[in-house]
Order: sequence, then structure tokens, then C-alpha cells
Amino acid sequence: MNPWLPFEWIAAVRFLREGRLQTIFIIGGIAIGVGVIVFMSAMLAGLEANFIKRVLTSQPQIQLLTPDQVARPLRKSAGEIEDPAVQRPSQRVISIDQWPKIRGQMLAMPEVTAVSPTITGSVLALRGDASRAVTLTGIEPETYFDIVRIPNYIFSGEARLTSEDVIIGIELAKNLGATVGDKLNLQATGGANRVLTISGLVDFGNKGVNQRVAFVALRTGQSLLGMIGGVTTIDMKIKDIYAAEIIAQRIQAATPVQADSWIATNAQFFTAVQAQIYTNTLIRIFVGLSVAFGIAAVLIVSVIQRSKEIGILRAMGTSKGQILRVFLLQGGLLGFIGSVFGAAMGAAALIYWHAVARQADGAEFFPLILERSLFVYTAMLATVTGLLAATAPALRAANLDPVVAIRG
Amino acid sequence: MADGILKLEHVCKAYNVGLPTEVEVLHDIDLELDRGEFLALIGPSGSGKSTLLNIIGLLDRPTSGRLLIKGRDTAMLGDDELTHLRGRTIGFVFQYHLLISAFTARENVMMPMLADRGFPSAEIEARAEHLLLQVGLDKFGSNLANNMSGGQQQRVAIARALAMRPDLVLADEPTGNLDTKSADAVFDLMRRVNRESGTSFLLVTHNMDLARRCDRIIQVIDGRIASN
Ligand SMILES: Nc1ncnc2c1ncn2[C@@H]1O[C@H](COP(=O)(O)OP(=O)(O)OP(=O)(O)O)[C@@H](O)[C@H]1O
Ligand SMILES: [Mg+2]
Repeated sequence: MNPWLPFEWIAAVRFLREGRLQTIFIIGGIAIGVGVIVFMSAMLAGLEANFIKRVLTSQPQIQLLTPDQVARPLRKSAGEIEDPAVQRPSQRVISIDQWPKIRGQMLAMPEVTAVSPTITGSVLALRGDASRAVTLTGIEPETYFDIVRIPNYIFSGEARLTSEDVIIGIELAKNLGATVGDKLNLQATGGANRVLTISGLVDFGNKGVNQRVAFVALRTGQSLLGMIGGVTTIDMKIKDIYAAEIIAQRIQAATPVQADSWIATNAQFFTAVQAQIYTNTLIRIFVGLSVAFGIAAVLIVSVIQRSKEIGILRAMGTSKGQILRVFLLQGGLLGFIGSVFGAAMGAAALIYWHAVARQADGAEFFPLILERSLFVYTAMLATVTGLLAATAPALRAANLDPVVAIRG
Repeated sequence: MADGILKLEHVCKAYNVGLPTEVEVLHDIDLELDRGEFLALIGPSGSGKSTLLNIIGLLDRPTSGRLLIKGRDTAMLGDDELTHLRGRTIGFVFQYHLLISAFTARENVMMPMLADRGFPSAEIEARAEHLLLQVGLDKFGSNLANNMSGGQQQRVAIARALAMRPDLVLADEPTGNLDTKSADAVFDLMRRVNRESGTSFLLVTHNMDLARRCDRIIQVIDGRIASN
């Protein structure tokens, strides 16, 4: 016997080994439960990370806009309103007031890693008989590509934006029957008109977006939309993406602009993630409970089977506390060993599923994220569950009356 | 009685106290045992021999009366103290379910020492080997408990009872399950240990031949000591 192992440990391991079939079956049960949890949690984390990556490379993390234009009720004198029915005014496209100054302020913030002024407005894209309404975005490629990685989304052509270029969505190109190198006539509602060359097609993975987007150089956009020197939004990227909402609120309080964070704009996604987390937690709880009941059932049977041996151990001078620990340890060991097998099974299933499951375009369905912390936490949780589940059987064993147990 | 290892004064034992089914199975037992004595306890089935042995072995408490082990009153001791005292001073040999099946013969002999010290050691293992040699089973140390004959198992149980160098060994029909030859071997072994190490023995038996070979015979009938 190993001189470093205490009596309780030796007895617990021997009892588990002797009850071989029971032990194997319950470890199998625990492993399946733990495997499901590991698989589910890791896949969920992967899907979430994937989504966030997509969102964050196709959208600014914080966007500054002109504040909503509101109508103020006319007042005759203090407390007296002349016309109580207030209609929301139509929102004109106007430039952010003193935007270079705001951009300077933003660049001075330590949390901010990129700032890019853009101009957005609606224009008509014309080609031959076809015409489509598109959302035109005028950008500074050097700064904007840092925030929205258009080069990553280029389907064909290149992410080149001189003052004569335009990059459009693939669906839009299809609708207009145009492709890279073709000329495109853009016509603003104000009457301005420019003919540009299609330098690239982008695919953001969303049909609606792909039908509408068109990117041009900032100056081209400004002249088309009739706002020379003006910008409608300032797009930003920050260090800690999850701090976006707090930073946005701070900016809004400190400047005359409206600041929207990606968290607010993607509220739906976060609700979905939250719902997934709840479901995941529920599944964990119920898997944990069934594992606990399984361990408790196996140990209770073991206590009953061994009651005579427990009585003899007590007669030989083994204390109640020692008997208690022998059975608690068995629970903990079952939980731990089961979780090790379960984690291995979960990881294997993940690797397999990751290799097999592909999206329509052949891209991976979810990134393979095998975080060590997930395995460590799961093993710890399973061990604690085992210990807790063993409490009732262990107490029963410890409180066996040796006289009754030995007489049988 | 400087040499007294065990003293019972007016010990009574009742079961189901306070219930309609209350029965007193031991009535006013007085008993003394000296160091090195080999005592036989005989009596018909149901007379209360096992009950008496359990009380002496600190597995059960008397309903009334005093039990002194080495001059020390046990009434005031708590559960853990009783366990400790039992482990150090008393060894048990039972009729059935003798050994713990998950362990080898040697490990079974080590068990009381292991429970007492908490950790195994070479010293404990050497003592177990020595005891196995003493009971003539040094070749069987690595056998699993269940892979031995009844007589062999009982000899391992005796070695285990002796592991903590107890002052008193309580044996409840240790030969009851064995054929005459094995029974004789087990009895001779106990007698030899008794002579060599001065350990006291209290042997419950239905075998009058064996009883007659003891120092003293006590007969229990209906929960009373009928003859001494
Ligand atoms: N837990 C109990 N509850 C009620 N009565 C009991 C209990 N344990 C033992 N008895 C009774 O006490 C009496 C003595 O039992 P005990 O086992 O001491 O007898 P014994 O002399 O050892 O018999 P045997 O030779 O058959 O082993 C018996 O009548 C038995 O029915
Ligand atoms: Mg009996």
C-alpha cells in the first residue's frame, strides 16, 4: 500500500474497484452527462464567438450620429402651451456639427482604437434600364477598413476606393446585371450625378444588406449627397468590446452627438444569447441532478451491501468519521473520474462535429474553442456534485449500528 | 484486583426500552476477567451470550450496571472514545463474515492498525506479515480474503484481532462454522497466543470439548450466569 495514501482513500478506491460493474456503469452515466455539458457549452461559446466576430468586423462598435431632430411645442408664456399636438419632424440628413473637433476628442480617449468619419445617404443606382435604391456610404478607407473589414468580405474585385470607384453588394450587382470593372451611374435625390467604376463586390452574408450597400470614397460621397465637408456618422472601434455601451453613454453625455453601441444595436442577438445561457444553465442543473441521484443510488446500494463489513470495520476501531469519509470520497472519486471521461468524450465529439459540420459556403459552422477553464470547472463541479450526492449514503454508513450490522 | 482486565457489575440489558415489546435479555450480570485468562462462555441459543459479548466489546451499552475496562468506567465515554478504546484494547473474531472481501489477507490484518494510524507504513506491513506467520498463513498474505478456506479465513481473523496487541480478544463462536479439524487448529492457535502473549480470551462456544480445555467456564442461561 502506498504510504502517502490515507486509510480512507485506500478503502474508498478498493470498494469502488470491487464493485466493478456498478462503478463502471455509474462512471459511464456521469461521463455522458458531463460530455453533453462540455459539448454544449463549448459549441455555444464557439457560435457566440463566431457571431461576435462577424458582427464586430462588419459593424462599428460605436457609431456617433447627429441627435434626433425634435419639434419643440410653441409656448405663449411660461406653463402655457399654444399647440399641444406635437408631430415628429421628418429627419433631414444633416452633418454632425463640428465633427473634426469631435473626432479629435474621440481619438484622445484611451479606450478608442480607431475613428472614422463617414457619410451615408440614399441614392439611385442606374444601369441601363435597371435602377435600384441603395444606401451610399462615403468612407475614408485607411481608417474605415480598420473598423469594418471590407477587404475580408470582398467576393470579387478588390477593396480599392479612389474617387472614381464604388464597391457594391453582390446582390445589387446581380440585380443591376453589373460586375467588377463595369460603370455605374449614381444619382442623388438632390439631382447630383456621378458615374463610377465598380472596383469590388462584397458579400456580408446577408441578402438584404447585399442588395443595398454601396461604398465610395468620402469626398465622392460628400459631393453626391450635397454635403461638401460634412459627415453624418463617426464610426469607432474600442479596446474592450463589452464596454461599448458604457463608453457610448459617456460620449453621449459629454458631446452633443448621439452615440449607439453595437450592444444596443444588436439587442436581439444578446437576448438570444441570454436565452441560450438560461437553457444551458437549466440543462446543466438537470444533468447535474440526475448525475447526483445516480451516484447516491449506487452508493446507497453499496452501503447496504457492505453493512456487515462496515460493522466489522467499526468493531476494529474505525471511527464514524473515517467511515463517513470513505463513502464521501467514493462519491467525489466517481464524480471526478466520470468528469474526466466525460470531458474527453465531449472534446472528441466537438472535434468530430467541428470537422463534419459545415456551413453552406463550406466555412466552419463554429470555431473550435476548447478552453481549459471549461474542463477544470466541469471537473470541479462534478467532484463537488459527487461529494454532495454521497452525503446521505455516507451518513447512513457512519451511523450504522455495528451490533445490528454484524448480526445481519 | 490489580490484574483485572474486565469487570461487570450488575449489568442489565433490555431491548426496545419503553416500547410494549421491551425485553430484558441480560439480568444483573457480575463478571470479572483477569489478565491472561482464557474463559469459555457457554449456554443455549438465545441465552444472551452474543449480547453480553457486544457489551463487553463496547459495541453496545448496558441498560444499567457498570462496565470497567482495565479499571476504567466506560459509562461516561463518548462514541469516539469508545471506538478508540475498543480499537486499542479489544480484538474481535466473529463466526460469519469474517474478512473484508476487497482486501488481501495481509491487508485485512493491517486494517485495525491502518484505521488507528491513518496511513500505511512498512512497520504495519511487517507486523501483519509476522502475525500471518504466527497463524501459519505467511504464504497466503497476498490472497484475496474470499479465496481462502473457512479455517484459513478464521486464522486471518485471529491475526487481525491480535494486530493492535489487545488486552482482550472476544471470539463469538469462531469455530461454529468449521469442521472438527479446522476448529481444533483455530482453538489451538488461540490457546497458544494466550500462553505466549498473555492476551485474555473470552470464547463463546457450543463445543463442550473446547470449553473444557479453557481456564474457566461460565454458563449463561436466560440472561443469568448459571454456573462459574
Ligand atoms: N435487537 C434486539 N431486539 C430484541 N431482542 C433481541 C435483540 N437482539 C437480541 N435479542 C434477543 O436477545 C436474546 C439473546 O440473544 P443473543 O444473540 O445474545 O443470544 P445468544 O446466546 O448469542 O444465542 P446464539 O447461541 O444463538 O448465538 C435472544 O432472545 C434474542 O431474541
Ligand atoms: Mg450468538
